[in-house]
Amino acid sequence: MQQQIENIYREQSRRVLATLIRLLGNFELAEEALQEAFSAALQQWPKEGIPANPRAWLVSTGRFKAIDQIRRRARFDASQQQLVQQLELAAGEPEVPPGFDIDDDQLRLIFTCCHPAIGEPARLAMTLREVCGLTTEEVARAFLAKPQTIAQRIVRAKTKIREAAIPYEIPERSQLPERLETVLGVLYLMFNEGYSASRGDMVVRGDLIGEAVRLARLLLQLLPPPQPEVQGLLALMLLHAARSAARTDAGGELVRLEDQDRQLWDRVRIAEGLQLVEQALGQPGFGSYALQAAIAAVHAQAASVEDTDWPQIVGLYDVLLRREPSPVIELNRAVAVAMRDGPAAGVAIIDSLLQQGCLTEYHLAHAALADLYRRLDEREAAVAAYRRALALAQQQPEQRFLAAQLAALEAQAGGPVADPDFAGATDRKPIGKPAE
Amino acid sequence: MKYLAMVYYQEGKMRELSQQEWDVLNRECMACVEGLQQAGHFLAGEALQSTDTATTLRVRDGQVATTDGPFAETREQLAGFYMLEARDMEEAVELASRIPPARYGSVELRPVRELRTENNDQIAGAKFG
Repeated sequence: MQQQIENIYREQSRRVLATLIRLLGNFELAEEALQEAFSAALQQWPKEGIPANPRAWLVSTGRFKAIDQIRRRARFDASQQQLVQQLELAAGEPEVPPGFDIDDDQLRLIFTCCHPAIGEPARLAMTLREVCGLTTEEVARAFLAKPQTIAQRIVRAKTKIREAAIPYEIPERSQLPERLETVLGVLYLMFNEGYSASRGDMVVRGDLIGEAVRLARLLLQLLPPPQPEVQGLLALMLLHAARSAARTDAGGELVRLEDQDRQLWDRVRIAEGLQLVEQALGQPGFGSYALQAAIAAVHAQAASVEDTDWPQIVGLYDVLLRREPSPVIELNRAVAVAMRDGPAAGVAIIDSLLQQGCLTEYHLAHAALADLYRRLDEREAAVAAYRRALALAQQQPEQRFLAAQLAALEAQAGGPVADPDFAGATDRKPIGKPAE
Repeated sequence: MKYLAMVYYQEGKMRELSQQEWDVLNRECMACVEGLQQAGHFLAGEALQSTDTATTLRVRDGQVATTDGPFAETREQLAGFYMLEARDMEEAVELASRIPPARYGSVELRPVRELRTENNDQIAGAKFG
């Protein structure tokens, strides 16, 4: 029973929280109500059984707990009295205000967190914490910032939402386009965090991937006719998620794209992703998500690394770079160029990126370089680059992977390296994380 | 995660409150503890008597030396503490913001450092050995 309740907590708590935030209009009160609702569940459910709709039970219990809490505080503060009355009135109303195409409190919360009045870094930090359920400490690690800095930023953003009375709602159709870009960015970040956890001992967090895909699907329904960038983002997620089972081995270690057992790739997701890419690219207005999805689609269609259409991938990166110049995209393009034209061509591009001062702290740049040097039999340069990559990597499976590569290279007595190999930077994640 | 919330205020200023204001504040503090307890956030906490009642002790060369005080020389004095259980720093900030004397003085919030037999976390910024 305890285990069942824990599972319900893991699966439902963020959605219950999103609903409570909408009902109570207050993040803090909602967090507290969520906690009290679950502690009530832990006491009652073992005796009375799990209710037919646990989420509705938790929302309703949470709301009553919040009313109790506000009453207690109202004894000291007359201004709270009004809120109690409002909530008691609202308790009789239907759950969802009419007129919404889609009832999804999490999507609503994302749109609230992405309000233009809230600064970009706070927006992302707040969404990761409130919608994805990461702790402030985890968000801080993802942004390489101090927890107290992130906590302050979120506190200020929440205060802003309260003081400016920003409503918890999916905005009017006319306001959607201006906020869509940020919302897509948030879903992309959520997926990234799930696809490649920024730090720690797990590579993949399936719950975040599933949630990002679910929300992207909702967004696609919300915005007829289908928007190419929404299709592109969903396709991108599906095509990457399709490889999840092949990306780690039984021991949880990373498996590079070229070493993956392509039989393990999820054909259903790939088929859906390919169809969406085709639709997206067939419309005017597609952008970087659709292009990234197109690159993922080329990989998904190849039977092996050798069989991959590298010239097409390089071409897609060229288009992507024109639209969205970024050193991380240039790095990924360099890996593709190395596959098309040989490792020396890739080394030249990455060297020049590093000389420009881009990516010097980005471990994958050094990992990619190391691998290319190895293919060129430049062992010393490869060892140095692996060491640099290892020093910068934050995630344990990645560190272990790099350490193993380094050890294998050091064990060789400078002999030729037989394995054609490449860095696998293209499979790390769609395109790096937005830096702060 | 455990967080310690240390409540500071100016004792001199608090003495200016009327008996009734002081009682209301203390009742509020009790209600705050009650609320934190019900939500599972309250691990421990106490209000302290004034700094006039304090004794400070040091052990140097195996000798215990005690002095009175500290007296109210610093701007704000430690008035009490709450040991909180919170999901993260953000939640701890939120909980601590409801501690009533935060309106008068300040609350210092710090994550608890878990003591281990070895490989203890270094205090950030401090140099050892």
